[in-house]
Amino acid sequence: MKQFIGFLRKEFLHIFRDPRTMIIIFGIPVVQLMLFGKVISTDIQNAKIAILDQSHDNITRKITSKLLSSGYFVLGEELLPGEDVESVFRQGKVKMVVTFGPEFEYNLERDGKADVQLLADASDPNTARILTNYASGIISDYVKKEKLQNIQLPDQINVEVRMLYNEGLKSVYMFVPGIMAMILMLISSMMTSISISKEKELGTMEVLLASPLKPIQIVLGKVTPYLLLSFINALTIILLGVFVFGVPIKGSFFLLMGESFLFILMALSLGILISTVAPNQMVAMFISLLGLMLPTILLSGFIFPIQNMPLPLRIVSNILPPRWFIVIIRNIMLKGTGIMYIWKETMVLIFMSFTFIALSIKNFKIRLE
Amino acid sequence: MNEKVIEVHNLVKKFGSFVANDHLNFDVYKGEIFGFLGANGAGKTTAMKILCGLSAPTSGDVKVAGFDIYKETEKVKRNIGYMSQKFSLYEDLTIAENIRFFSGIYGISPKDRKAKQEILLKNLDIESAKDSLVGSLPLGWKQKLAFSVAIFHDPKIVFLDEPTGGVDPITRRKFWDLIYEASDRGITVFVTTHYMDEAEYCNRVSIMSEGRIEALDTTENLKKQYAAKNMDEVFLKIARNTE
Repeated sequence: MKQFIGFLRKEFLHIFRDPRTMIIIFGIPVVQLMLFGKVISTDIQNAKIAILDQSHDNITRKITSKLLSSGYFVLGEELLPGEDVESVFRQGKVKMVVTFGPEFEYNLERDGKADVQLLADASDPNTARILTNYASGIISDYVKKEKLQNIQLPDQINVEVRMLYNEGLKSVYMFVPGIMAMILMLISSMMTSISISKEKELGTMEVLLASPLKPIQIVLGKVTPYLLLSFINALTIILLGVFVFGVPIKGSFFLLMGESFLFILMALSLGILISTVAPNQMVAMFISLLGLMLPTILLSGFIFPIQNMPLPLRIVSNILPPRWFIVIIRNIMLKGTGIMYIWKETMVLIFMSFTFIALSIKNFKIRLE
Repeated sequence: MNEKVIEVHNLVKKFGSFVANDHLNFDVYKGEIFGFLGANGAGKTTAMKILCGLSAPTSGDVKVAGFDIYKETEKVKRNIGYMSQKFSLYEDLTIAENIRFFSGIYGISPKDRKAKQEILLKNLDIESAKDSLVGSLPLGWKQKLAFSVAIFHDPKIVFLDEPTGGVDPITRRKFWDLIYEASDRGITVFVTTHYMDEAEYCNRVSIMSEGRIEALDTTENLKKQYAAKNMDEVFLKIARNTE
């Protein structure tokens, strides 16, 4: 035990003495969360739009002010009838033009029908879709609430939409689980694999193996500090998510921490496995970055929905641990589900951990032969 | 000088069909400086790794420090010191931290450690550098320090795997002063090298070629046997014979 504590002290000295390690462990999680949460957000705020109002009556003015006070839009330009709409787009001044047809109020009162046209700049299709959705939502909402009360309409079906578990469609709800998976992969797998292969590269691993320390003690000694640091990071990310970005934890906090712990164990065993394969730090880093980070970002469902991927990629995504972890955290944090609904994903992670540990032991033995 | 600390009988090590060590037989006596020579790839590092318990032999009987390397690996490891080819201390730790770490591994009590550390620092004349990072020291110092740390727990045998790579002859000579000191204290020194001037410093040397021991004797006898002026010539003659 004393030996082990001495080993841990040494490991922490390595970590605290190396500025790059410190940045990766303590800087990157916070910076990434802030970046994804604040900057690379798919929420749209203050998009510039132009209004072309051919009626200038009460209702069109009210609708316009509704749009502009929603927080999503700001008025970039007011167009006059006959002005060239396309040129505003070409100059890139606005993202969307809202056109009200002539005699809007009159038509609405008499026929219950009036024309609004939304023209969006679809050179950026995502933004265009989101903007038109927002705008049509605001307009129909207004018409329904303010105007239709007094007007009797023939039978019609009212479609009511509610976005469950994320009513505001905030993208940070999506990013927090993803970033957590990514950071834990980064720190647990990459940092352990680098720190073990560093000992190999420097020749100190041989000295350790020639000492009375057992291989299992060496591996545990290398892994334990990263287990602690990863756990602290998981907590930090969750706390930042909750208190800075307002992401709820609807389910059990302990279940969430337990699942995070499981994921960290999985990632650590993966890191050990990488280090048994990689002869030096560079290789370990490349395997971790290219083999883990990129697929985690692209294929785990973190940003791009898995359902939309072609079949081969969907199959690949199944062998990525973060894919399962992200489902687990979203379920616990946003839906508040218990272990009953995520036991399958949990089993997958447990199975992966055992596989990685078994493979590492096998590889480690081959190396010693 | 008659107590055997290493006994090797018919040691064989195969990697697939490649035979790295082909029936090696030799003994090493207490307090002796035993040179283990051979060209690169002759199998000397493989044999040394087996003796240190880093690798398991394919067959043969090997005893190190009186313990069987198959069954008593743990005890073997407690009684040996090892200094690898690459420099084997942590560069991002200070001298004192390195000593603390390695004495922790070998279970040396803090009290003993402090006393021994003082002697070590005084001997190497680096008391003032106690709290400097090892990475900032000149290479010659690092190697002397690495050797001193490798024998810090007073092992019966210390294994040195090409310890003086990349240093000039004068620094090498100074390094060998430390080796003699250790040998005087009764520590057996088992050293691989391909510097022939170093071979001259050994009591006995074995010369390996293609997995076999081609010659094993004191440097004096070898020079007589091969009618050579120095070890360099002995080595070349043996190398030519086996080709």
